[in-house]
Amino acid sequence: MNLLEILSYGFIQRALLAGTLIALLCSVLGVFLVLRRLSLIGDGLAHVTFGSTAIALALKLYSTMSLLVSMPIVLLASLGILKLTEKGRLSGDAAIGLVSALGISAGVILASVGGGYNVDLLSYLFGNILSIRSEEVVVAALLCVGVMLLLTLYYHELFAISFSDELAKVSGIRTSFINSILVLLTALSVVLAMKLVGIMLISSLLIVPAAGALQLARGFKVCILLAALQGCCSVIIGIIVSIMSNLPASASIVMVNLIFFAAACAIRRIIYPKNSN
Amino acid sequence: MSSEIVTTELLSCSYREGRVLEDVSFQVERGDYVGIVGPNGSGKSTLVKALLGLVAINKGSATLFGSPLTHFRDWHKVGYLPQSLHLVNPVFPATVHETVGLGLLSLKRFPKRLNRHDHDKISIILNELGVLDLEHKLIGELSGGQLQRVLLARAIVNDPELLVLDEPTAALDPETRSRFYAMISEINRSRGVTVLLVTHDSGAIGEHASKMLYLDKKILFYGSFDQFCCSPEMSSLFGEHSQHLMCHRH
Repeated sequence: MNLLEILSYGFIQRALLAGTLIALLCSVLGVFLVLRRLSLIGDGLAHVTFGSTAIALALKLYSTMSLLVSMPIVLLASLGILKLTEKGRLSGDAAIGLVSALGISAGVILASVGGGYNVDLLSYLFGNILSIRSEEVVVAALLCVGVMLLLTLYYHELFAISFSDELAKVSGIRTSFINSILVLLTALSVVLAMKLVGIMLISSLLIVPAAGALQLARGFKVCILLAALQGCCSVIIGIIVSIMSNLPASASIVMVNLIFFAAACAIRRIIYPKNSN
Repeated sequence: MSSEIVTTELLSCSYREGRVLEDVSFQVERGDYVGIVGPNGSGKSTLVKALLGLVAINKGSATLFGSPLTHFRDWHKVGYLPQSLHLVNPVFPATVHETVGLGLLSLKRFPKRLNRHDHDKISIILNELGVLDLEHKLIGELSGGQLQRVLLARAIVNDPELLVLDEPTAALDPETRSRFYAMISEINRSRGVTVLLVTHDSGAIGEHASKMLYLDKKILFYGSFDQFCCSPEMSSLFGEHSQHLMCHRH
């Protein structure tokens, strides 16, 4: 099968479009999360998504309808992580671990009560971007526009809290509000990304493009652009490679992302040899 | 225009380990350059953080520019330079120009955007502090002294009326430290900026500050450096010999 033939299929066009949009969201948000040392929040929220998807499937809600159950639960969980961290009772990673454990255990119990693991739930574990439907592409596009708009409007505030919470507060920035926006947008993106790479690999979509961009970027805006470029290219190349080589799309996307990261590290060693250690 | 920039009344702060500040009352007037000194764990950093709303006040009150802290919104009047070593993530990808630009956000309304005039202002302040050549470097590539100047530029780029510095020279060698204090003195004199500076180095700051505040959970002394050097309380605290060395090293 040649490239043009591959691109002529509707399901592949949908996968490429939705995948690129979701990768764009995740990679841009990932820069803020990595710099705020909240990298693993994606993992935690993905586990909550697993639990909430189990609830949706138990209620016989499938596909786009399952988002109606997942989204509010994951949004609440993201705020829960933030509150646990802000109150100073738990560090960020412990709060993520706690919420993550709650999500995955709830999912396992619900799946068990509902008659064991079924194909639908397993497809959420490892993703199935090639089965994405038109209405899911529309939801992804609408959310992508909304999230990118908010990120643009609050760009400087997000930049400031990523640099230093303390300095941001003394600049009159409502840091709790901005942190809430960041985790809520992350929660929305994680729910969308579940279909793309699955619960097990979501955090790679958030972390790896940011980690790659940090190797080469000379400037905050440049870092965001490089992360977005890496994220989108990984999805496009990953999907095409997976079809041509008959490999799982989710794992292919992540592997391409990791190759980009390794290349960024190598380029850094060549361009900035003094700063490479 | 009110001359009271900072006022605290019986201010107390506690952490889980216990009380850090007890009944601290003092006033800072416009144009003052106050050196806040004291031993480790005496509550110096807690005091300035409480004044900036970064640490909860358990008892008493604090006002900035006459407004109670809880109602204070004029953050563009304040510049803050924390201990930079704790602040800067060495892999943070921001350039010096972008970092200094963060100091202008307090002047902006939603949606916050920097215009051409702001970018010019950033270059001007970097030039004034002698670090314009670093404008496009990443902050992780700077030496301790360079980073301190860049963060100072960030703190004063919005033309604040009050500049708060928390142990800004902790990571600097003595020569760079002395140049830094002189720079703050110049900002205090030429721009009329009120300065609150926390330091361990009571001798060096005395050369520049108009007032000294000696803190050890409570205020043990608040007055001019000359008064500090003549103070019997400080003599009994340090011993006459140490006090003499501290006050006559210049």
